[in-house]
Amino acid sequence: MAIKKFVVGYFEEEDALFNAVKKVRSAGYKIHDVYTPMPIHGLDQAMGLRDTSLHTAGFIYGITGTTTALSGIGWIFNADWPLNFGGKSHFSLPAWIPITFELTVLFSAVGMVLTFCYLCQLAPFVRKHHFNLRSTDDQFTMVIECTEKSNETEIQGFLGSLGAKGLNVQNAETGWWLGTYDKDKTPFEHKGTALA
Amino acid sequence: MSSLRYESQVRPPLVDGKKSYHDVTEDIIRPIEAAPTRAWWIGFIISLGLLTFGIISVTHEVIYGVGQWNLNRTIGWGWDITNFVWWVGIGHAGTLISAILLLFRQQWRTGVNRAAEAMTIFAVMCAGQFPIWHMGRVWMAFFVMPYPNTRGPLWPNFNSPLLWDVFAISTYFTVSLLFWYTGLLPDLATVRDRAKLKWRKAFYGVASFGWTGSAKHWQRHEALSLVLAGLSTPLVLSVHTIVSFDFATSVIPGWHTTIFPPYFVAGAIFSGFAMVQTLLLVTRKVLKLEEYITMEHIEIMNKVIVLTGSIVGVAYLTELFISWYGQNKFENWAFMQNRVNIFSPYGWSYYLMMGCNVLSPQIFWFKKMRRNLTVTFFMSVIVNVGMWFERFVIIVTSIYRDYLPSSWSTYYAPSIWEVGFYMGTFGLFFTCYFLFSKFFPVIAVAEIRHILKKAGSSYKENMGDIEKESVEEFAHEYAHAH
Repeated sequence: MAIKKFVVGYFEEEDALFNAVKKVRSAGYKIHDVYTPMPIHGLDQAMGLRDTSLHTAGFIYGITGTTTALSGIGWIFNADWPLNFGGKSHFSLPAWIPITFELTVLFSAVGMVLTFCYLCQLAPFVRKHHFNLRSTDDQFTMVIECTEKSNETEIQGFLGSLGAKGLNVQNAETGWWLGTYDKDKTPFEHKGTALA
Repeated sequence: MSSLRYESQVRPPLVDGKKSYHDVTEDIIRPIEAAPTRAWWIGFIISLGLLTFGIISVTHEVIYGVGQWNLNRTIGWGWDITNFVWWVGIGHAGTLISAILLLFRQQWRTGVNRAAEAMTIFAVMCAGQFPIWHMGRVWMAFFVMPYPNTRGPLWPNFNSPLLWDVFAISTYFTVSLLFWYTGLLPDLATVRDRAKLKWRKAFYGVASFGWTGSAKHWQRHEALSLVLAGLSTPLVLSVHTIVSFDFATSVIPGWHTTIFPPYFVAGAIFSGFAMVQTLLLVTRKVLKLEEYITMEHIEIMNKVIVLTGSIVGVAYLTELFISWYGQNKFENWAFMQNRVNIFSPYGWSYYLMMGCNVLSPQIFWFKKMRRNLTVTFFMSVIVNVGMWFERFVIIVTSIYRDYLPSSWSTYYAPSIWEVGFYMGTFGLFFTCYFLFSKFFPVIAVAEIRHILKKAGSSYKENMGDIEKESVEEFAHEYAHAH
């Protein structure tokens, strides 16, 4: 993944961050991401992020579990090996409800967590660039990507005017990687003038 | 903005001491970064000792069979299944706090949910030991798993409550673990980003899965938590319901009772909250977290204890009434002779159960008692003693004198190996809890930050601007925010 240039500014109040997000968007800058120490309700709307479809995925995993349980038990007790339990019906749906329910929940929960980890690229040994280590503590960090149309001093000045407490410029790869990663090998400046 | 922060002024603050975000991080993460204290080591070593005793006892049982537990043909389920149900019950509070209270938007849960969920997971681990080792030939345990096998098309009986239990407990354990760990990720990232030592950075780097706190990730995290809470809510109710089916679907007088599912669930919440109190009263003191687990939290949990204790009391009296009203001789015998008759061999255990579970929690009708730490701690232990005896009463007094007097059991008492096994699960539970309290944040840091500006004491004192806001204005903003 290409190395890009970012302007990083951090805020100490959510209100200032909200205000800044709105202003930065209307000014036409490209917000790479906002890193916060806790979930902030409404920030995703303010940033214009699409609502997540994780719920839908959970529902699909859930009905997969329901189907697996019902078809599995149904096949086993009716087709594969019909056992006679005191002359009761082979198709004894009420007695299958507990296991069907448990498998629904199990499939849904496991599926959703795996999907969540996949979408957010979260796994043990995964490494990512952290723009501001205190954004898991008490600072709200806004990262704006530098493009051909914007220059870093201008963005810094703009963020400063919106109340950012600290500002810096970082060259970073935004993906994730495994193992060690030597940032010095491909310095950003040597690639040319285009701020891709 | 105000709709994001609205919280009634009547409610006392949930975070005392005028904390900033950074103070919250400092207070909760500090114990992880400090060297373990002497008290921690002593507790940890005692727990490991108990665990060792448990391992020895289980080894003895595996070699010589379940007869070593003094089980016999009449009493096939003794301490072991009592302990199983007891531990599963304790394992209900964590998910109740984290899931049901999340759905009900109870913000006080944030102070206690992390430790309670951890406790849930460890309690379910302990519970699982009993049915597994009770199988006797434990190397055959995989027979409960439905898979196309080489033993002919031999499948487990899906109509059996014992198999439902296998699915319920394993699902419950898995889902609780996932719920707990996804909640931990942001907090582990906090520890990672503060870490100065190399091994700590590496360890928490792996454990936090590379969490960054990105807005999109938080959005998904919130959605995930909400749906997992929605799934866990019926799950937690189903687990103890299914455990109660182990008894209720049988035709043993004393077990064959339709009231069992709600009665077991109420009892589970009752004993779970008591265990949360026992652990948190010690944890908050030792880790100096009194400003996060406040007297308010303790009082609320005591209210839950008096409520569920009273529900359990109503259930006891209902089944007693029905055993008389139903006029079934055998049912009547199980209740009136084996339990209520104090001079019968186990009559004492019935009154111990009644005293601990129904009478003693009534003390929490008094506010002064609810806010008294010594009384709360004492009661939390008493409640769990009582709940252990509830399961003992249900299991042993229903089966020790059955239809055929010649097979009536001589007095059943557990052997040292069965006691050792039970002690061993305490060892397992506390070993896990000590490790958890040393290496993981015992309070959900991110969630405390989230409520800090609504329910923190510094905010509560500056609530003037909301008071000035008109009701219509608030309703308008609120409608837009949701």
